[in-house]
Parts: sequence; structure tokens; C-alpha cells
Amino acid sequence: MTLISLIPLIPFIGFLINGLGFKSIPKNLVPIIGTGASLLSFICVFLTYQQFSGDPIVVKLFNWITVGGFNIGFTFQIDQLSLIMLFVITGVGTLIHGYSAGYMSHDEGYGKFFAYLNLFLFSMIILVLGGNYLMMFIGWEGVGLCSYLLIGFWNKNTNYANAARKAFIMNRIGDLGFLIGIFLIISTFGTLEYGAVFEKAKAFEIGAPIIVAITLALFVGAMGKSAQIPLFTWLPDAMAGPTPVSALIHAATMVTSGIYMIVRSNVLYTLAPFTLEVVAWVGLATALLGAAIGLFQNDIKKVLAYSTVSQLGYMFIGLGVMAYSSGLFHVLTHAFFKALLFLGAGSVIHAMSDDQDIRNMGGLWSKIKVTAITFLIGTIAISGIPPFAGFFSKDEILAHTFEHNKVMWALALLGSFMTAFYMFRLFFVTFKGNFRGTKEQEHHLHESPSSMTIPLIVLAGFSIVAGFVGLPVVFHAPHLLNEFLSPIYEGSRAVYAGFGEIHLSHQTEWILMGVSVAVAVIAILLSYSIYGNGKSVPSTDGEITGLQKVVYDKFYIDEIYDSIFVKPMKSLSVWLYKAFDNYVINGLLRSVTGFVAEVSVLLRRLQTGNIGTYVFLMTLGIIIIVGISVGSEVWASLKSITK
Amino acid sequence: MLTLILFLLPLISGLFLIWNKSEGLAKSAATVISLAQLGLFIYTFSVFKSDAAQLDFSKPWLTDYKLSFHLGLDGLSILMVGLTVILSGLIIFAVKNLNYNPISRLLGLVLVTEAALVGVFAAKDAFVFYFFFELALIPVYLLANFWGGKDSSKITIKMFIYTVFGSLFMLVSFIVLYLFSQNSDLMAIAQIPQQLKPGVNTFLFWGFFIAFAIKSPLFPFHGWLPDAYSQSPTPATMLLSGLLSKMGIYGMIRILIPLAPAGLEQFGGLVIYFAILGLIYGSIIAIQQFQIKRLIAYSSFAHMGLMAAAVLTLSEFGVQGAIFQMVAHGFSAVGLFYVAKIIYDKTGSRTLSDLGGMSQKAPKLAVLFLIVLLGSVGLPLTNGFVGEFLMLRSVFDFQNILGGIAATSIILGAVYLLRLYQKTMFGPVTKFTENIEDIGGKELAVLVPIALIIIITGVFPNLILEVSQGFVSTLKLVK
Repeated sequence: MTLISLIPLIPFIGFLINGLGFKSIPKNLVPIIGTGASLLSFICVFLTYQQFSGDPIVVKLFNWITVGGFNIGFTFQIDQLSLIMLFVITGVGTLIHGYSAGYMSHDEGYGKFFAYLNLFLFSMIILVLGGNYLMMFIGWEGVGLCSYLLIGFWNKNTNYANAARKAFIMNRIGDLGFLIGIFLIISTFGTLEYGAVFEKAKAFEIGAPIIVAITLALFVGAMGKSAQIPLFTWLPDAMAGPTPVSALIHAATMVTSGIYMIVRSNVLYTLAPFTLEVVAWVGLATALLGAAIGLFQNDIKKVLAYSTVSQLGYMFIGLGVMAYSSGLFHVLTHAFFKALLFLGAGSVIHAMSDDQDIRNMGGLWSKIKVTAITFLIGTIAISGIPPFAGFFSKDEILAHTFEHNKVMWALALLGSFMTAFYMFRLFFVTFKGNFRGTKEQEHHLHESPSSMTIPLIVLAGFSIVAGFVGLPVVFHAPHLLNEFLSPIYEGSRAVYAGFGEIHLSHQTEWILMGVSVAVAVIAILLSYSIYGNGKSVPSTDGEITGLQKVVYDKFYIDEIYDSIFVKPMKSLSVWLYKAFDNYVINGLLRSVTGFVAEVSVLLRRLQTGNIGTYVFLMTLGIIIIVGISVGSEVWASLKSITK
Repeated sequence: MLTLILFLLPLISGLFLIWNKSEGLAKSAATVISLAQLGLFIYTFSVFKSDAAQLDFSKPWLTDYKLSFHLGLDGLSILMVGLTVILSGLIIFAVKNLNYNPISRLLGLVLVTEAALVGVFAAKDAFVFYFFFELALIPVYLLANFWGGKDSSKITIKMFIYTVFGSLFMLVSFIVLYLFSQNSDLMAIAQIPQQLKPGVNTFLFWGFFIAFAIKSPLFPFHGWLPDAYSQSPTPATMLLSGLLSKMGIYGMIRILIPLAPAGLEQFGGLVIYFAILGLIYGSIIAIQQFQIKRLIAYSSFAHMGLMAAAVLTLSEFGVQGAIFQMVAHGFSAVGLFYVAKIIYDKTGSRTLSDLGGMSQKAPKLAVLFLIVLLGSVGLPLTNGFVGEFLMLRSVFDFQNILGGIAATSIILGAVYLLRLYQKTMFGPVTKFTENIEDIGGKELAVLVPIALIIIITGVFPNLILEVSQGFVSTLKLVK
């Protein structure tokens, strides 16, 4: 119990130390405290895992909110799902903390940065460790706050501050759905504790309307946090934050909360095939849209941001076709290769003296070798080339999708074609060809310090091997991840007999694998033929026209939202204030006070004293008036009672 | 007896300070009285836990009419008295160092307000309640009149007349009940309405409701609020938003639920719609406000709508949520208006477009402002969340669609509050903010306790919910 509590507590203490003492703590101690807290937390996760017997451990620290007979506990739950998430969060988290020690070392807000990172870690741990939906909600909004603080870390820049606010508000739109889901769960099950909810859920029929409603509401929450259509536009803007933040929060951990939520609630989703269908299509649409926009972006972080949006879409496709473990598998591999890519991008930006435009880069391969090689590994992993990690998880999702719906599969394949294409475009334009930046930038080009390159190497290692925890059935090797996770689907198996079965023949599976590898290879070759060895560089902004420009400008979705929601809301606000509040509401006020004043004038004529200063006297008059007007009825009632 | 002392101590010392002119004496006396009140309250609370009946005080008042001066503390009253004592103390700490002359009179008026509020929240007799309900406004009115801006006497007289006008309806309702029962004890007269005709019940309901709706205020009776909150001097605004506004919600729980059950059943639903309308209406208006105090004023008004709606759902969640939120909102409202005052004193401007970049110059202020603000946004593990969660759930249970609409306030709240934060704290510094200094010990002494209370009661809300549960269980609620 103490051990479990330490997992969130240590980063919280780290937050307090760095947060309260950022003025007095020596600069070299700051990253040690921050990273140390993360590492200690990781060790606690590991020790918890060693003691874990397979049955969920539920620890209730105290009663959090009690109203009458209803109680919500401050509860932690350790099981297979929370353990996997905790490993990713604290593991990748520690690497990124270490990386930040180098990356942020020139920033004046060094201590503040580590304090925020630790606070994020705390919130994220609460999110996955919580034992009921309201605990998840604490973490859910907590990570939203940290995201806000970290996106707006350089808030002197108004655009960055705007991006932070946009992220928070868009997340809140999702949170509204989550909250309504929570209300519905309370009404339906009378509790929010996972164990009790999932046990009671087994009594429901598949397709029960209330379960569909609950799962849809929760999914709205997932859309916000995991940047799915229509709530995805905050994530690319979130790149305003320092790059380690993009890696940790906006790629590896926080944005996968939505996937965690659905896997956690898998019983409910299995009971709601309609919702699953919605999840799958939203995921697919997001995967395609993200990939399409990614094709033409020239900001290294923006490309990665759209690829994150797109990859999150794949995870939701997996969930939507009831391949919960495959979705989670992709969370896992994506955490490694996307964190790697972002940190690599950070290293590139560092070398480029804070320039993020890939059109100014080129030829970096020989200049920053470690970064370049690890970046290439990440790029191969995301493109789905075996035996790198991304291949296995994506292939598993594709296989399940094929079984579910062939059209969906074909479209998903199109998405992975685009992914491989734009990722290699990014790689070629950045690292190949000749350097296109300024002389000054060229002069400053340097490989990052080892505190930054070591995390890159570690993550590259994981990006190569992480896929082996989930080998395809045809390999006749155990699927370690599925076996480990199996207990958390106990409910799903109980409500749906066919759960978890896959009916593809080995032959079909081989073919599918072959097709997706072929697609990736063709995309890479195409990308090479256009951008390889600096053959061509993306044109400058002014030269883009037509459809390409529409895509480059992100389909004008931000502008559309602005004119549909933001501007009308602002006008409504002004109108209500200037017109309605000023005339109608104040009119009511004026007529009442005017009425009282007139009565006072009347009274003044009757009595000669100076009444104006004694408001009480004049209002006494009203008692009489009001009294008379209702007196008749009162009198009648009095009579009837005394009779 | 303890209850009486809690009332008399600030009353007598307050009147003394109004009469006395010595500045130094006033400051130290007000500080001592505030701390003494706090100590007294803590002791009272321990007595309450062992034997609440001991806190009853009753003395015949107008014997011919069988009225008695009856005070007492139950689970609801003790929370509200505690809120009054602590917030009044914080307000005194906040304003005693500000530039108001003569400070002794100002502090005296704050103390008299405190006394009247203790009276309101401890009253067990209908007319005692009415008396204090009116009395509480007088010192605030005087405060606003003496130290307000140029239009403030016009504005405050409007507020005064409006709310007094509303209270008269309550008085008439009380008189009606008195005529039927020959009694004014709140417990005793709770039996009467069931014996009355529907028409009388309807009248009772509207009589009480209008009084509380104007006081809180609720849509569409809030005409007095934006001007009064933004033009009054900060001590008056803090008292109004932190404490006096709670009298309306308190009245709904204490008076409306037991004394007008039939009317509630008939019109409660309708009124909930108006309350939620006010919540959304106030939140939307707050989005485009450019003056800090006015923005907070609309935000405060919006919160009142949700509290009223929650109470009127007549559910345990709703009433508990509203009671909790009264406490939570008291602290965040006072905190926000205090921050607004600090910003104004430092920069000389209340206009958002003049401000920016203050987090670079005043990081401590920025952090504490953020905590108070997040309480108001309703972030989990702050006290604002617990109240909002319980209240929204009660409205959702009452009517799903309406609850969904009400819950959009969590988005709107984030929109206007983060805008407020960004426009003051983030972005480049302006000529108003480039030379400011961070806050010091005097401001920290007020803001740190508020921030701590926001977090502690957010992590351990049962500290408060347990106290009020005893009272809520005695109400006849639907669920």
C-alpha cells in the first residue's frame, strides 16, 4: 500500500521542492531532483510489479466525497493495465526528464520547468492509477492543467499563450462529455468504482441504450484528450511548448489517455457495438486527415504533431474493432518511437539554433550523426517496416480491421502509405542533400550533449525491439502482451462470447503483412524519388496553390471553428451585455426602484417630513400595499381554517 | 451563550471602532478581534461536535407577540458562521493596510457586517432572521457610499432599495405564517404550510423566493450586481460577493425548502430553468468583459445561478453541493476580488487591454492567482470542483438536457477565467506593468491561507460535507 502510494507521491514531492524553492535551489541540483523523482517512481512501479500476483490490488486511502449513502473513495488500483501504463509513463518520463536537463539548461525557468514536469507525472500517474472514474477525472484534468502550463511555458509570446488556452478549452469540451458519462454511470450503477461498475455491467444486454450513451459520452472525453476529430486542432498548436514537453505529454503519454480510458472501460464498450463503430470511423477519419495534412508541413515539430494525431487515430481504429490490446500495443510502441522522434527533433532544433523549418536544414546526416541515426530508426519504426516496433502493433490493428470491415482496412492502409511517405520526406529533407541554412547556423551546428543523446539511443533501442512483446500468431511465438493483459478483459469475455477471437487463416495473415510492408516500401521509394539526396525542397509558402494549399493550410479547420463558434460566441457575449443586460435587466431594476421612489414622493406629500433619507419608512408603505392586495385571500384562508 | 458571543463581540467592537477614530488602535483591535473570533469559532465547533444543543440561545424578545431572540447552530449554520468568521478576518487583514480613510470606520463597518451575518446564519426565529437579513446590508451600503467611486452613491442606493424591496415580500410571508401559527419559531412554523390552502402556499413561495432571488441575485433580478460589484470599494465587493450573496442561497435552504414545500413542488422546476439560464447568461457575458472587477462580478453571478438550481432540485446531491459551494465560492470570490485590487493598486488600471506580462514581474502573485482561479474553474482537487460536481450532477439528474446545458459552464468558465489570467499575467509587459513589484508579506498573509483552504477542502471535502450532512438529512428531500 505504501509502495503504491509512493508512485504518485514522489513526483509530487519533487514538484513541491522545485516549485517552491526554484529561487534558492542550485541549478545543477534542479534536474537531479526532477529526474530523480521520476526515476524513484519508476523503481516503485517496478517493485510493485514484482509483488503483483495477477489479481487487482485496490487501495482506498480515504473517503473522498461522501453524500448521504453515496461515496467516492480516493482509491488506487493496480492491475495489468495500470502497470503497463505506469511503466510507460515513468520509464519514458525518466528519459525525457534526463533529456530536459540538457535541453532546457539555458532557460531561465529551469526550476519551474522541472516542477511542472513532475506535476505532470503526478497527474498522469493518478489518471492511470485511480481506482474509479472520478480519480481518473482528477488526473484527466490535472494533465490538462500541466499541458496548459507547459504549452504556455514561454508565455511572453502571445501566440504561445493562446495555444495553451486553446488546448485547455478544447480539452474542457471533451471533459464535459467525460463528466456527463460519469453522471450517467452514477445513475446507472450507483457507484464509480471500477470493480463494482464492471461487475454490474455484466447484467446488461449488448446494445443497451444507456450503455451506448455512457460510452459515447466517455468517448467525447477521449476525443478531447487524444486529439480526435473534431477536437484535434489544439495538438498541432501545442507544439509551442518546449520539445521535451511535446515528446512526453503530446506524444507518449497524455494524448494516449483516451485509449487508456476505453481499454479500462472495455466491458462497457463491448456492450455497445454502435459506439465501437463510431470510435473506429472517427479514428479512421482522424488517421487520414492527420496524415494528409502531414504531407505538406514544413515545421519539423508540426509534421510530428500531425503524425501523432494520425497515429492516435490508428489506436482508436484498433479499439473500435474491439482489438483493445492492439490499440494499447500501439500506445506502447508509439510511446517509444514518437518520443524518440520528438527528442530527435529537439536535438535537430538545438543544433539549428532554434530553427524548426526543414526547408532551412538538409545535409545534417554527417553533422549530427547520433541524432540522425536514431531519427532514422524512429522513422522506420513509424513507417511500419519489420522488425521495428511500429510494424507489429500497426499490423495487428490492420489485421483486426481487415476482419471487421474491408473498406476500413483499405483506407487505413492508405493512411499508412501517407505516413511512410511524409515521414521519409521529413527525414530526407532534414538530413540529406546540402545544408540550406545561414552561415551562422552552419557554424553553430553541433551534436547535442550526452544527456540528450543517451535518451535517444535508449529509445531507439526500444523502438527496434518493443514489437517483440506482441508477435503475430503466424510466428507461433507467445503474444506476451495479450497474455499479460488477458485478465482485464474478463468482463468483455463474459458479455460477448466471441470476444478476442480472430478468424483469419495463416495464409491471409501472411498476405496482409506482405501488403502492408509493400505499401510502406513503395511509399518510401516514392518519397526517395522526390526528396532523396536533396533533389527537391518543399516550395516556399507563396508558391503553393490549389488543393495543395488547402491541405497545407490544414483544410482551414481553425478558421471554420473560429467563424462558427468563437466569433458568434463573442458577439453574443457583447450583445447580451450591451443590449439585454443594459436595457431589460436594468429596466427591471429601474422600474422597481422608480416605483419605490414614487411611493416615497406620495408619502412625502401626505406627511411633511423629510422621507428621502429614510428608505425604510417608504418601503414600509409597500408592506401595506402588498398586504392589502393579498389580504383578501389570506383572510379567506384564515376563516376556512378556524372553521 | 457561545453563539451570542460570536455575534456580540464583532458587533460591540465594530460599533466602538466606528465611534473611535484612532488609526493604530483600530488596526490592532480589528486584528485581535478577528483572531479572537477565529479562536472562539474553533472552540464553538468543538462544542458543536460534542453537544450542539448547548449552542442554543433563546431570550423572550417581544413577549406580547411571543417573539424570542433565538439563536442556535446546526450543521448548516455552523458552516456558514465559520465561513463568515474566517472570511471577515481575511477581509480585515486584506483591507487594513489599504488606503481607506478613516480606516477605523471601515474596519468597524466590516465587523458590524460580520455580526449581522452571524445573526442571519444563526437565527432560529423568523423575525430575527428577517431583522439581520436587512441589517447586514446597512454597513455594506455605508461602506460603498463612503469609499465608492463617483457614481457609487447612486448605484448603492439602487441596490439597497431593490434588495429591501425584495425582502419585504419575505416579511409579508413571515407575517402570514405568523398570523396562522401565532408563532415565529422556524422549527415550529414548518408544520403550518401543510395546513394552508394552495393559494397561500403559492404566495409564501413567491414571497420568499423573490427576496432570495434579488439578494443572491438570480436571473433576471441581477440588475444591481454588475455596477455594485465593480463600482464599490473592494471591502464592500468582497463582503457582497463572498458573504452577503450567500444569504440568498442560505435562505432557500433554510426558509424556502421547509416553509414553502407546496410552492416548490409547483414552481421549483420553472425556477431551476431560470437559474440555469442565469448561469449560462452570466458566463457568456463574462467572456467579453474588459474590466477585471466586472468580469469577476459576472462570474460570481453565474455561480449563484448554479447554486440556486442545485438547491431547488431538492436532492441530497444538490443541497450538499450548494452548501459546499457556498463555502468554496466565498473563498474564491474574495480571493479573486482581492487579486483584482492588488493588480489595480500596482498598475493603476483595471482594464485588461492595459495589462499583461505580470507573471514575469510578480511570480508569487501569478502562482497564488492561478490557484484561486483554478478553484473557480473547478479543477479537481480544488474545492470548486467538489461543489460543481455535486451540483451539476443534481441538475443532470433533475433533467438530463438541462444538466448538459448547465455543464457547459465548465467550458465557459475556463474560457473567461483563462482569458482573465492570460491578459493580466501572460504576454509582453505593458507600460502599466513594467515597473511593478511582486507581492509581499501583507498580501501573502491573505492569499496563502485562501490558496491552502482551496486545496485542502478540495482534497478532503468530507471535512465540510460531514458537518452539513447531519443537517441535510433532516430536510425532506426527494432523494
